[in-house]
Amino acid sequence: MKIAVCVKQIPDPATPYELDAESHLVVRPQDQVLDDTDRYGVEVGLQLAEANEGTVTLFSMSPSGSLQGIRQALAMGADKAVLIDDQALRGSAALTTARVLAAAIEREGFDLVIAGTESTDGYTGVVPQQIAEILDVPALSFARRVEAGDGKVTIERQTATGYDVVESPLPAVLAVTAGSVEPRYPTFKGIMQAKQKPIDNLTAGDLGFGDDDVGIAGSGQSITAVAPIAGRQAGEIIEDDGEAHLRIVALLEETKVI
Amino acid sequence: MDFAQSEEHDAFRKVVGEFADAEIAPYAEEWDRTHEFPADTVRKMGDLGLFGLPFSEKYGGSGADFTTLCIAIEEIARIDQSLAITLEAATGLGINPIHEFGSDAQKERWLPDLVAGRALAGFGLTEAESGSDAGRTRTTAELDGDEWVINGSKAFITNSGTEMTSLVTITARTGPEEISTIIVPSGTPGFEVEPGYRKMGWHASDTHGLVFSDCRVPAENLLGDRGRGFRQFLSTLDDGRIAIAALAVGVLRSCLEESLGYAKERHSFGKPIGSYQAIAFKVADLEVMTEAARLLVYKAAWLKDSGQPFKQAAAVAKLYATEAAVTATREATQIFGGYGFMDESLVARHYRDAKVLEIGEGTSEVQRLVISRGLGLPVE
Ligand SMILES: Cc1cc2nc3c(=O)[nH]c(=O)nc-3n(C[C@H](O)[C@H](O)[C@H](O)COP(=O)(O)OP(=O)(O)OC[C@H]3O[C@@H](n4cnc5c(N)ncnc54)[C@H](O)[C@@H]3O)c2cc1C
Ligand SMILES: Cc1cc2nc3c(=O)[nH]c(=O)nc-3n(C[C@H](O)[C@H](O)[C@H](O)COP(=O)(O)OP(=O)(O)OC[C@H]3O[C@@H](n4cnc5c(N)ncnc54)[C@H](O)[C@@H]3O)c2cc1C
Repeated sequence: MKIAVCVKQIPDPATPYELDAESHLVVRPQDQVLDDTDRYGVEVGLQLAEANEGTVTLFSMSPSGSLQGIRQALAMGADKAVLIDDQALRGSAALTTARVLAAAIEREGFDLVIAGTESTDGYTGVVPQQIAEILDVPALSFARRVEAGDGKVTIERQTATGYDVVESPLPAVLAVTAGSVEPRYPTFKGIMQAKQKPIDNLTAGDLGFGDDDVGIAGSGQSITAVAPIAGRQAGEIIEDDGEAHLRIVALLEETKVI
Repeated sequence: MDFAQSEEHDAFRKVVGEFADAEIAPYAEEWDRTHEFPADTVRKMGDLGLFGLPFSEKYGGSGADFTTLCIAIEEIARIDQSLAITLEAATGLGINPIHEFGSDAQKERWLPDLVAGRALAGFGLTEAESGSDAGRTRTTAELDGDEWVINGSKAFITNSGTEMTSLVTITARTGPEEISTIIVPSGTPGFEVEPGYRKMGWHASDTHGLVFSDCRVPAENLLGDRGRGFRQFLSTLDDGRIAIAALAVGVLRSCLEESLGYAKERHSFGKPIGSYQAIAFKVADLEVMTEAARLLVYKAAWLKDSGQPFKQAAAVAKLYATEAAVTATREATQIFGGYGFMDESLVARHYRDAKVLEIGEGTSEVQRLVISRGLGLPVE
């Protein structure tokens, strides 16, 4: 089974972000980490590969930097990585990202594509479904338990009240939720082996895109301004004059909590 | 000169640090309170490959250098000394002698589970009447046909009585002037593990007295050469000194980080306590001790990894880092004021836990003995 796992390298969320004054895009540091969300996708991919004699190939569109994030995913046990890094891709919106990733995945061949439900930094939560549409295969979202084999994939799809069991033929695209599995920690051996694993570097051109098809130009959107979010309002203090409970009930009703 | 560790060392340090934060930190206080040995977490450390780091890939190890093991011990000690000593003793005292001196059959039988962290081994050297002078072992082993018959007792043996313990290796007199080491599998009739001690610290680490009464094990359980086992074991002690010192570096870092945070955040007389020199200078001293200990430890580890003599460097690192750690835990507790005296605070736990660092695997006095002899002094 050929499993493609989409992984995003993102700036370490524990360190402050810096925005480029002109483009308003996040300045990408050399050292980027594997998006925590994608550790779940990698783990699901590895478990399915172990159960089905499969291979796991990582796909990532990001500035390479020191490759720290990709190496993290390789150290967990993925077989190889395909990295699409190109100045022309800067400022790509979600749909452009999906087109680029889909092209790279199609070029490599796949039975199953796995992505996170939404990334930690961009969190539009649309890339997996867009990839499925472009590849013209079913999309299964909010997957918690996943089983695959015999040409089909079965998931438990997380809902507000429980889960639905959803089945689809392969090939398909899967968006997994955090908490679907317990991602393994890379071992020292894994870290050493990751150094030897192949990382294919592709440009937008390698995938048949012209400079104007991708990036800010191709996305048909640009960020015109960025403003800090307003600080949180102080809460309302209700003095208890004996009737406070009524006021609290009224407030809870107003906000539809009760 | 290059003080940087490799990219892989850094990446692994990060992984172990995250593991300790996620899998150990939330529970360490409870284990300390209940004196529980957290076997499941130890197995998770096994899954991470920690117990096999410096050992041969043939038995499932990683074939990593000694520096890597020190990094892992340091990162865990930051959060919980009990689990750090569990790892240190398991590798240095438990696995190392078998890996170094075991026969192929012994290695094949015991190492795969030990290296994978599915099982633990203890090493019994100390006795009630012989500690620093461990050459005065009273425990005896007599050959009777094709079996050793062991009689005697051992004191303070780490990892000897957990549900995961598969064996202890002990030193015993096998002749008038002869000490050998023998593998005793857990559960052997005549081998009794006494109830755990009530200790001042290291509550989640497993320590027992052991009693042997006509305990019979096969003759082939002799580890290494007859009459040379003790010397062979002593030769592995230098490694352990560096590893204990690495544990102390983790403690020092923790004290520094905790104290620095608290000095900024805790107010007294309307100002952060870190604005008073009395407190700020303590934190500055913690920084100096941490940095000095770190350099001594990783220099010693580097000497070992690069095949150079490291006996003196190991003793220097052990002595300095452990004494600094004890000082640091006392000062960090002082910085935390009354909160620092509460059992559930991390600095209080470190304070109770750290003292034994100056005692185990060669007391501070023994380190000074080794160092002064290394300098050529004819000291007794
Ligand atoms: C030069 C360059 C600069 C970039 N700068 C930024 C930036 O500043 N901010 C930013 O958010 N993004 C940046 N990107 C990446 C890209 O533009 C976003 O990934 C894209 O907009 C997807 O949005 P999202 O994260 O909201 O996707 P979501 O739909 O929230 O992501 C869901 C899942 O899709 C997969 N996925 C999403 N994006 C990628 C990707 N790039 N590679 C592999 N898998 C992916 C992951 O599995 C993820 O969990 C940059 C890319 C390049 C090449
Ligand atoms: C929690 C814990 C775990 C342990 N785990 C193990 C284990 O797994 N295996 C094992 O074999 N042992 C273990 N030990 C034992 C430990 O190694 C000994 O306690 C230590 O070596 C000291 O021996 P002792 O207690 O007999 O002290 P003693 O040797 O009696 O020393 C008492 C004091 O006299 C000093 N002293 C002794 N001789 C001299 C000298 N020549 N010159 C100057 N001062 C001297 C010592 O430094 C010390 O201050 C453990 C101990 C503890 C507390």
